Amino acid sequence: MRTAIVDDVIDVETLLSEVERDSNGASVIFIGTVRDQNNGRPVTGIEYACYGPMAARELASICTEASERFATVDIVVEHRVGHLFVGEASVVIAVAHARRASAYEASRYIIEQIKRRLPIWKREEYTDGTREWVDPTAVAVVGPES
Amino acid sequence: MTVTALLFASYADVLHRESIEITLPSGATVRDVVEHVRAMPGGGILPPSPLVAVNQEYARADVVLTSGDEIAIIPPVAGG
Repeated sequence: MRTAIVDDVIDVETLLSEVERDSNGASVIFIGTVRDQNNGRPVTGIEYACYGPMAARELASICTEASERFATVDIVVEHRVGHLFVGEASVVIAVAHARRASAYEASRYIIEQIKRRLPIWKREEYTDGTREWVDPTAVAVVGPES
Repeated sequence: MTVTALLFASYADVLHRESIEITLPSGATVRDVVEHVRAMPGGGILPPSPLVAVNQEYARADVVLTSGDEIAIIPPVAGG
């Protein structure tokens, strides 16, 4: 198992190679990427900020939990911070397991816990030059108001 | 005793700082730190019960603090 908060491009192939072993029958890679719009607003990039020491600890805790719940040590996760452009990977989760069901479930558990607990914030940058911190707890307004 | 409150993202922007040294009577809790920050100019951006971590671990509002503690007031997280 290995986890890291990084400030450079995440190399998916490296993460995959770290979890593969002959006793595993399934490897699952989750890649979270910066998309080009949010709630109807065109996005050009995202600045990720974090509470570094706690984010590192919390990410390790999440993966330890996943390791215990789903019985695999073959978990490698990197979350990137700093400035990312559209299409770049912000998080990559590599999980391998003897069985595919557990590999999928462990991967899903990790991303959902990241969304819930990891002290990381993102400031979206829009085509009109403005930027805003994203609040996932706020009610999204999509489309014309009725 | 003196503790340090850490602010991030939108909270840091609105309060124009990333950390605040706060002097409190002994026996003070996480809630006292939150109330102190909420009373500052711009502090209204904090909800009454924000997510808080003490020394890098999530903590409840009634946790009693020790001098030197680092209290992170955590805006809604948006990782992934």
